[in-house]
Amino acid sequence: MPQYVAILYTKDVDWSHPDQAADMAEYGAFNEAAAAVIRGGAALYPTVTATTVRVSGGKGGEVLASDGPYADTKESLTGFFVLECADLDEAIALAAQIPAAWDGAVEVRPVLPIM
Amino acid sequence: MREHYSRILATLIRVTGDVDIAQDALQEATVRALQTWSRDGIPEQPRAWLTTVARRCAIDRIRRDLVREAKEAAAVAFTFEDVPEPSDSVVRDDLLRLVFTCCHPSLSLDAQVALSLRTLGGLSTAEVARALMVPEPTMAKRLTRVKQKIRLARIPYRVPSDEELPLRLPAVLSTIYLIFNEGYAAGGGEQVMRIVLIDEALRLGRLVHDLMPDEASATGLLALMLLQDSRRQARVSSQGSVIPLSEQDRTQWNAAGIREGVELVGEALRRTPQEPDAYAVQAAIAACHALAGDFAHTDWDAVISWYDVLLTVQNSPAAQLGRASAIGERDGAEIGLTEVEAIRGLELHAWWHAARAELLHRLDRTEEARAASAQAVELGLNDAHARYLGRVRSPA
Repeated sequence: MPQYVAILYTKDVDWSHPDQAADMAEYGAFNEAAAAVIRGGAALYPTVTATTVRVSGGKGGEVLASDGPYADTKESLTGFFVLECADLDEAIALAAQIPAAWDGAVEVRPVLPIM
Repeated sequence: MREHYSRILATLIRVTGDVDIAQDALQEATVRALQTWSRDGIPEQPRAWLTTVARRCAIDRIRRDLVREAKEAAAVAFTFEDVPEPSDSVVRDDLLRLVFTCCHPSLSLDAQVALSLRTLGGLSTAEVARALMVPEPTMAKRLTRVKQKIRLARIPYRVPSDEELPLRLPAVLSTIYLIFNEGYAAGGGEQVMRIVLIDEALRLGRLVHDLMPDEASATGLLALMLLQDSRRQARVSSQGSVIPLSEQDRTQWNAAGIREGVELVGEALRRTPQEPDAYAVQAAIAACHALAGDFAHTDWDAVISWYDVLLTVQNSPAAQLGRASAIGERDGAEIGLTEVEAIRGLELHAWWHAARAELLHRLDRTEEARAASAQAVELGLNDAHARYLGRVRSPA
């Protein structure tokens, strides 16, 4: 069955902080409800922990590691799920159940099938 | 041939599961039809002929593709049903599926419009490009991307469930109305292609209304478009300038369109007594104009009441402006101007300034009228309307 990645964009929070307990409970509920179709995913530490890597001049060139996320956006990329869905409508319906969609945004993108 | 196009295409898409394959197959079948029919004459059931041949072309293509991908087992699963032609109800369902797929919310508005015109309207890519005033390669790329998105993101080819319908139908209707307005905005672009867009929008509006006769919003939209379009002959002068409603030759209005539009308004309003549909209410306003012998005898009380209703379901700048202008017609330019200027937040809307310009002109406040119309033009009022305003700026 086809897979989609649901990419979470939310406020740049530390999911492990007690302040996020209520949110984490909602995510727990989603995890349970969608258990049959979740194939993977992760909650990420806040963007302050991010490093962006580029290699100048292409393969084998100088490795440039810089502080921070790739994109400096209003909301931050704070997690993702891999979901197995029959079609986009199913994926959209599931994404709407993810707490990030309620006050941030969830990007849904199809995964290339394993060649 | 074009009337058959969308019907056959819709079924082919369901059968093959792919817009590109379906379109290519139909294209091939059409070419063969032109060759064969010019030699042997048109068959008794041309649509059945086309459908059958197109299906064969599609099967061949799918089998070739599958063999290329070395998935021969799957090729066996696709069987060829020797059915002459799907029943009316199957075609109806297939068309509905195509309509809702073209207007899927995950597609951009540009994409929805392009795909609807191409598949439901049966326009060629070149025709769609010309109609929307976009270079053909750009349009070709846009269409390729849309179909790619439908395929790769797996936008399902289905009619939304009853629960989803209230959310999905408005998108379909607004795409159709967008096509209508692209055509209806006078001035700029080929007149002939503008008419193609209007006619396509009317066809699509009629199709959705026929497919979903119980939906008041579909009925309302069709009514609105019919009533607006009934003024087609009288709207634009031979020089291409816009003739305002107040000066149109009403004998040029399409009486049949008006009759049908008025009937449909009644139907739509009867179906939603509690909360009228916004299109139906706009159509009711258009009907007030359509039924008036001349501008002076327009029932402005009725128009204003309908605007009041419209504002309860759709509080848009256009509605507020329309109401204010109507009040100006009924109660005089002084009061009208007060109403228009009382609307907050429209300083960047060309039409707000145009309305002010008209009213200031009537009050002989010439300098202010000129300034307002200059602002309107600067804010992007299109050519034809600007020419009309030009008469206001430098009155004869």
